[in-house]
Amino acid sequence: MNIAVVARNTFRENIRDRVLYNLILFALVMTVSSIALGQLTLGYERKVIVDLGLSAISIFGTLIAIFIGIGLVHKELERRTVYALLSKPVRRHEFILGKYLGLLATLSVNVAVMTVGLWLSMLYQGGIEPAGYARILPAVYLIFLSLALTTALALVFSTFSTPALSALFTLFLWIAGHFNYDLLEFAATSRTAAMRRFFQALYYLVPNFSNFTSIDSRNVIQSAAYAQPVDWTAVGWTTVYGLVYSGALLALAVAVFSRRDFK
Amino acid sequence: MSVVQIENLTKDFLVGFWRKRRVRALDNLNLTVEPGEIFGFLGPNGAGKTTTLKIMMTLLRPTSGSVRILGEPAASAAMRRRIGYLPENPYFYDYLTAEEMLTYVGRLYGIRRHALRRKVGELLETVGLAEQARVQLRKFSKGMTQRIGIAQAIINDPEAVFLDEPMSGLDPLGRRDVRRIITGLREKGVTVFFSSHILPDVEALCDRVAILHKGRLRETGALHEILQVKIEGHEIILARVSAETRAGLAALCDEIRPMGDRLHLRAADAGRLEAVLARALAGGAELISVNPVRASLEEYFFREVAAEVPRP
Repeated sequence: MNIAVVARNTFRENIRDRVLYNLILFALVMTVSSIALGQLTLGYERKVIVDLGLSAISIFGTLIAIFIGIGLVHKELERRTVYALLSKPVRRHEFILGKYLGLLATLSVNVAVMTVGLWLSMLYQGGIEPAGYARILPAVYLIFLSLALTTALALVFSTFSTPALSALFTLFLWIAGHFNYDLLEFAATSRTAAMRRFFQALYYLVPNFSNFTSIDSRNVIQSAAYAQPVDWTAVGWTTVYGLVYSGALLALAVAVFSRRDFK
Repeated sequence: MSVVQIENLTKDFLVGFWRKRRVRALDNLNLTVEPGEIFGFLGPNGAGKTTTLKIMMTLLRPTSGSVRILGEPAASAAMRRRIGYLPENPYFYDYLTAEEMLTYVGRLYGIRRHALRRKVGELLETVGLAEQARVQLRKFSKGMTQRIGIAQAIINDPEAVFLDEPMSGLDPLGRRDVRRIITGLREKGVTVFFSSHILPDVEALCDRVAILHKGRLRETGALHEILQVKIEGHEIILARVSAETRAGLAALCDEIRPMGDRLHLRAADAGRLEAVLARALAGGAELISVNPVRASLEEYFFREVAAEVPRP
């Protein structure tokens, strides 16, 4: 119950901190590009608008997940708002989960509004089959899953580190996570067994963000743009991966936060 | 059953870059607070008052020892529904209005919507913020923040309230209002545990006090008992004292001060008191009052504790 109360307040905080102002920028990007594309990309307007729209959803969402996520707990500690809160019948895991779900709710609204914006841009371009509109949804879903994982990652660092360092760590892992398969390459080409094991361990430890961006070696956004068929089994496994990894990160955040002294 | 039962409570902080040096903030503290009392927790800065309160609220983990509140361990969530807490220099979500802040806290206690709406209105009246109900907390002065802090500490009709420096940052009117709230809580049977630097407030409100210094309990007991021991004679106030009588009294008493048309005298012991009274009445003076002179808590505090605090 208290998780929902904390989540609702976190959502309200995000709204009042004008987090959703990014939507104005998104609207601007989509409007300008919709007008410009007609002049520039002969015959590929629809594909480019889907590509651009989904990429914008991913970029804006990731920026919010990282830069709001790193302050989720740290801001409460710095401003000492956590003191009054944790003296109430609120358990520490309820606080952490509430903060996480509150930001996830903000991201949901953000992604939902941007998706509608993308549909409107597609409508403006015209000539798209109804199935083409629905085809962007699996890609949007995978983007949202990757945002949930990014938020959990930022939250873990937020429980023990400063926002600057948290941003650095999260960004580093986010970038490394997109080149995760290269770690397997490094392992395969390593000269020593120790190095091979090291890169293999790293491969399993670093969150594999490329799972959300490419399925069966095909870029998810590109597949949506070209309206290629969806591999639902792969989407299912990616969902399991996202949930398990995010769950593990949240458990870690709770464990760290539960051990903290608030001086 | 005691409301607060602290046994052998010790807290060490690990400091330094490698966190290897130990600094003892609390040293084997033992304390009990009984139901219905207003308990004052005193001590200079760094004495360990806030550390004790934070351990009671599970914001800090003790190095050793135990805390029980209302008979339950400090970590009990069920017990937390029955207490309230105001942190030192409180800060609340500044994007919320006063009304929203109290509604948020009320929801954490599971207070139902209609009851909560009524309760929030009542509390804002009680702490004098009814007109600022829809003002965001970022626009609040320190005194107003302190008031909203007290309101959030009592929204659940607690059995015990823990207030860390509740008078801090308040003007005289604000202090009077907080004193009134605390007295009101006592009338409802609520136990109040508060730390304060403002000794006259402690003296005016508290049934019992504990004096903490360098993490150790220096003294604890009923306020009148601690101060009774320190009776330092009697003050006699006289009016219409002739010059001749005044000259005679000067030889008998330890201190003589004219204040307006009255004369304030101090007699150090019972023998001198009797002699002064006899001489004054024989000389035709009018007796206004005779009062025992006790060390004020402030005097006591400075004498016993502050003398050991190094000057900057």
